[in-house]
Amino acid sequence: MGSVGQTPAHCKGSAVRVPASLLALPCAVNGRTRAGAGAPVHSVAMERAFAYLIAGWSGYFVMALELLGGRALAPYFGSSIHVWGAIITVFMLALSLGYLAGGAWSRRSPSQPRLALLLAGAALCAVPVALGSDALLDALSARLADPRLASLCAALALFFVPTAVSGMISPYAVRLLVDERAGAGAAAGRLYFVSTFGSAAGTLLTSFYLVLYFELATLLWAMIGVSIALASAALLWRPAARA
Amino acid sequence: MTRAGRAAHAARAVMAALPAIVAIAALGALAGAPAAVRAAVPAADLRLIHQERSLYRQVLVYEGAGERCLCFTRQCAIGRQSCIESAHPQRLVFGYTRMMLGALLMGPPPQRILVVGLGGGTLPATLARLLPDADIDAVEIDPAVVRVAADWFGFQPGPRLHVATEDGRTFVRRMGREGRHYDLVMLDAYDQQYIPEHMLTLEFLQEVRALLAPGGVVAANTFSASRLYDNESVTYARAYGSYYNLRSGNRVILARPAGLPSLAQVRAAAARLAPQLAPLGVDADALVALFRDTPDWDASARLLTDQYSPANLLNAR
Repeated sequence: MGSVGQTPAHCKGSAVRVPASLLALPCAVNGRTRAGAGAPVHSVAMERAFAYLIAGWSGYFVMALELLGGRALAPYFGSSIHVWGAIITVFMLALSLGYLAGGAWSRRSPSQPRLALLLAGAALCAVPVALGSDALLDALSARLADPRLASLCAALALFFVPTAVSGMISPYAVRLLVDERAGAGAAAGRLYFVSTFGSAAGTLLTSFYLVLYFELATLLWAMIGVSIALASAALLWRPAARA
Repeated sequence: MTRAGRAAHAARAVMAALPAIVAIAALGALAGAPAAVRAAVPAADLRLIHQERSLYRQVLVYEGAGERCLCFTRQCAIGRQSCIESAHPQRLVFGYTRMMLGALLMGPPPQRILVVGLGGGTLPATLARLLPDADIDAVEIDPAVVRVAADWFGFQPGPRLHVATEDGRTFVRRMGREGRHYDLVMLDAYDQQYIPEHMLTLEFLQEVRALLAPGGVVAANTFSASRLYDNESVTYARAYGSYYNLRSGNRVILARPAGLPSLAQVRAAAARLAPQLAPLGVDADALVALFRDTPDWDASARLLTDQYSPANLLNAR
């Protein structure tokens, strides 16, 4: 695992341009890196930055998807309390199972590219929501008389997979960030902070401002685009850093 | 908004206020007391006589100044959903309920009626009294409101007056799938605090239109103040073509997609119905005076659709 030795470059005030706030604590807590002996030091800093960025954006993505998903279902199932209950249930269930799966997967040669793939995968699984899935929603609302069952099925069909994959990201990122037991709680705490803060931002920006200017599908496509872009950056960065 | 846009907006607001002032005076005259005075019953005069917490909100019943009112907030003086006069429960207290009855001047007496949003049940009960042969469906999302309407406002469903406890949009879609038709659809599901946004979109209004029998009428109780006015106006115009716009505090839209009746036809209907409307506290002539068919909104405003429906955000501006 981590090798004691070089101090991360950003701790010496080098030229690495990453948000200092994200990186200051890791330096203070352990001052060691988890990169292999030959890896350039700045790639470690970038890897940390990407782990936090991905977790933070994923938090935004999940809550914005939940809010916009509720609006997408309303024409078919109404906006009664049962519909919101169904949506929230599906998101919580998907996240809980995603945490479990992400933690389990992190035991097998964890890497930043795989974390990036999780982010891109969650975004691609949300494409049916952006496309509208009118035929599916129409069929469900016509066939199932009970609005609770109908909205639960619709929420499962559209939101379960992208949310579960998003849920895998946080524990997976923790695995990439933790070097030693002593710093594990601090790393997990920072990650929860970033991810939940992202969720708060996604909720507020979407519900207070963005829906005032953009269509539902536009917002969803933009979110998918940001996820793909961030995942690509994280994927492309590593080979460049190794070269 | 550009400077020119702001100026145009201000000018529109002034223009819009003129008929409203006339309208308030007219309605006051027809109700026996000015509407503005009625609306200004101080909260302190109202006594809370019943409250229950529903799935959606607090449902409160206040009494005072000879009226009993259904409210969803403690500031009952501004947020009243429904009121009846204790001594004359059949009289219509609110200007908007009187304006909604303007729908009856739009064509032959409706036989099948849908009312979306129950409140205290004033509108369906009044329609049932006026049109004893009509079949009336009312749909209300909140079971507590249905209960309170029955227990505190004397609302009695019967063989020709049904209440469904369901989201208005899902009910409309379901009726559409079942091939049901109505001669009159009344939309009364919006209030100042909260608009169900999925029921203020082009798609919803088109689903309502698909429910209309030939010559059917849509009456909607909406808003006249906020920035939402323009968006709402263009959305109704896209769905139903031109419509009569009645403004007096609230705003009521009366549409007939098959073709609006002329003002002369509306006047003739008013003359016919005047004796039936009088006991409800509705002066048919004053009602006709509120009918306007000239657009007073910004036609370039953005349509409200299932994809773009920030009605509550627009209403807060």
